[in-house]
Amino acid sequence: MSGLLPSPLLALRGIGKSFLGVRVLDGVDLQVRPGEVHAVVGENGAGKSTLMKVVAGVHQPDEGTVEFAGAPRTFRSPREARQAGIGIVYQELTLLPERTVAENVCLGREPLRRGLVDRRAMLSHTAELLASIGEGSIPPDTRVGRLGVAQQQVVEIVKALALDARLLIMDEPTAALADHEVDQLYALVRRLQEQGIGVLYVSHRLKEVFDLSTRITVLKDGRAVATLDTADTSADQLVRHMVGRELSSYYPGRAKPQELGPVRLTVRGAGNRKLRGIDLRLRAGEVLGVGGLQGSGRSALARALFGAAPFSTGEVTVDRAPVRLRSPRAAIRAGIAYVSEDRKGEGIVAEQSVLDNALLAVRAVRAVGPGRAGRGARTARVRELLAAVELRAAGEDQEVRFLSGGNQQKVVLARWLALAPRILLFDEPTRGIDVGAKSAIHDLVRRLARDGAAVLMVSSELPELLGMSDRIIVMRDGRIAGELPAGASEEDVVALAVGTAREAAG
Amino acid sequence: MSGALSLPARRTPPGVFVALVLTLAIGWIVVTVDGGRLFSVPTTVSLLHVAAGLGLVAVGQTLVVIGGSLDLSVAYVVSLSTLVAAETMAGDDGALLPAIGLTLAVSAAIGLVNGLLVTTARINPFIATVGVGLLLKGYLDNGYDGPAGKTAPALVQSLGYQRVGPVPLSFLLLLAVAAAAWFVLARTRFGHHLFAVGGDPEVARLSGVRGSRVLVTAHVLCALCAGLAGVYLASRLGAGAPRVGTEGLYDLESIAAVVLGGTALAGGRGGVVGTVGGVLLLASIDAIFNQLEVDVFFKQVIRGVIIIAAVAVYARRAMRKAS
Repeated sequence: MSGLLPSPLLALRGIGKSFLGVRVLDGVDLQVRPGEVHAVVGENGAGKSTLMKVVAGVHQPDEGTVEFAGAPRTFRSPREARQAGIGIVYQELTLLPERTVAENVCLGREPLRRGLVDRRAMLSHTAELLASIGEGSIPPDTRVGRLGVAQQQVVEIVKALALDARLLIMDEPTAALADHEVDQLYALVRRLQEQGIGVLYVSHRLKEVFDLSTRITVLKDGRAVATLDTADTSADQLVRHMVGRELSSYYPGRAKPQELGPVRLTVRGAGNRKLRGIDLRLRAGEVLGVGGLQGSGRSALARALFGAAPFSTGEVTVDRAPVRLRSPRAAIRAGIAYVSEDRKGEGIVAEQSVLDNALLAVRAVRAVGPGRAGRGARTARVRELLAAVELRAAGEDQEVRFLSGGNQQKVVLARWLALAPRILLFDEPTRGIDVGAKSAIHDLVRRLARDGAAVLMVSSELPELLGMSDRIIVMRDGRIAGELPAGASEEDVVALAVGTAREAAG
Repeated sequence: MSGALSLPARRTPPGVFVALVLTLAIGWIVVTVDGGRLFSVPTTVSLLHVAAGLGLVAVGQTLVVIGGSLDLSVAYVVSLSTLVAAETMAGDDGALLPAIGLTLAVSAAIGLVNGLLVTTARINPFIATVGVGLLLKGYLDNGYDGPAGKTAPALVQSLGYQRVGPVPLSFLLLLAVAAAAWFVLARTRFGHHLFAVGGDPEVARLSGVRGSRVLVTAHVLCALCAGLAGVYLASRLGAGAPRVGTEGLYDLESIAAVVLGGTALAGGRGGVVGTVGGVLLLASIDAIFNQLEVDVFFKQVIRGVIIIAAVAVYARRAMRKAS
């Protein structure tokens, strides 16, 4: 490149990182110049978050070098990276809602005067920082819990900047924001840029990437496959770099017509606080994909069917018999199983063993049989299932928190399979799971359908939705915006999700 | 910037003080109808004495609870402290200061052990502090059948019985300790970090706070407060009493006062002002029941109901805030 360009603020060379033998990053090169917004894009599981955490000192690379401000650096902790001038805005907010803005921003480095916390300096310092990025309207002495999500995001950014950060990492910063709040964030990022701060911007929203970035690095399966100048790149080109592989090679085959069985589940005119007018039918042997934007009601649908946030109106039948899914327990008894998108919160009991986790649902629903024989048989069955899902663990006594995301998911699956469910609800079955384990989960889902289960799968990953589903319904504003057959394109789904396509009647 | 100084006050939930005023008002009416006098000097003095003992322990308890921990060994620390103080004094005014120093040192050491067990050994605070409490109980049960030692007369006359109008010196000591704790929480890095560690240890860590050190300090301060309560009780009783802490239920009552005062048991929120309110509330209920000559067991039942109701109110409020 020409000598007029400033020397890079951050230079990564040949970064490699593996977790439990799975290669997550492989020879990644990347440079960020001062005042540049460098976007990092890639599918879920491409290694974006891991790369960011390497830069921020959360993870240490197995190979490769990190150069910051012209000197090679090894950050052993987030604290070291921060002191060097790297701020990070995490995907989840890391603020204390009970404390004030100023207390949050200055946490860990409160200004002192005669040995005491100088509250005045803390407030004025925070006010200055807020004003410097044009957010002077946020009062520094307000409790963070009282602010809206967008304002909390601003506080998070100010906190990251507070130590004179020269590089700011933003990991999916718009995930929790409404549209007008996204505009505010844009303005903020541009002001940072003007101040010569380098920004490493991770997002899977292409619009943001094109609106904001100067250059784009595409990660795929842990490798940086391209670095592009945003101005010279079209959306099509970018998508080609990101995907660049055949769908069919990646996903198990769809159901053949003769594999489809009777209707397992029907929903008529159902709704609750988040859903309206839901009508759907689900047949044995089929995988019904549910698409839509975040907050469109796709997860609410799965949770309603599982009785976690039940329908308040409408009728549901399972195998033609009317059922009332008022609680998860009722749903489980009706033969419905649910794999939550929030694996850590709702899926696994991290401190319990593999076996206990897998036995959780059977133990809860089936009465304990007399004597040890019943229990023994059940345990044996669960062991078989753990083998069938090809769980890779040190043993069945291992605590689940030590397993990889993919293997945790397999344990959750085994738990439900122990109940021989007729209907399986998956909410983001492969979220946070590395690429290799993903296809194992996909194969499992398909195998379950072939064995006669009816599967409803919510997914925000378009390739997964399109690759796995026999039929796709797309949610928008709590309603089913339309239905698409297998072989629909990404554009079809997106058009329905955002509402540019004419809605299917009904 | 007047806002700067109003920060902590703004955060103090007035709920407990409203409850206190209501309790005193209703209590006053009921006691009067019953033919007694709630606000006579002897009643007030005894109410404030009860509050002083419990309050010293509860202020310390507040610190560990804010940090997301808890100390169930305080009752035994109180008992042990009365003995260390009274036996070292042996009725000699000259030994007064060394005895108090030794008592506080012993307490601080116990707090240090609690803190290290909770942080370095990563033992659940409930288990760790109950364990330390049982160790102390073993020592006390083995070594003492009844009162021992003799408190220095100077201490008995001053801290034990001296008062300013109807306000005992010991209650002023409580106010001073509470003010100091308030100051520490609001104006020192330790205080700020304690809130952070209790609010979310991971956030604190990512912000560069050394959580273990903060929590150990909180445990030492908590034990020091319990030790001070022991010195006060020795001044009241004139001797060391091996069961005074457990019989006074200082462990559970101090936690109850903290919770009544609006400090979240999960940590990260609260303060000593509320705790003092909680202490006064518990002491007032005690005084009212004493005036009415209510059966001791019934009294416990009522106190239990009040504590549960208060926590339920806070929980509902928190739930409404969250939704």
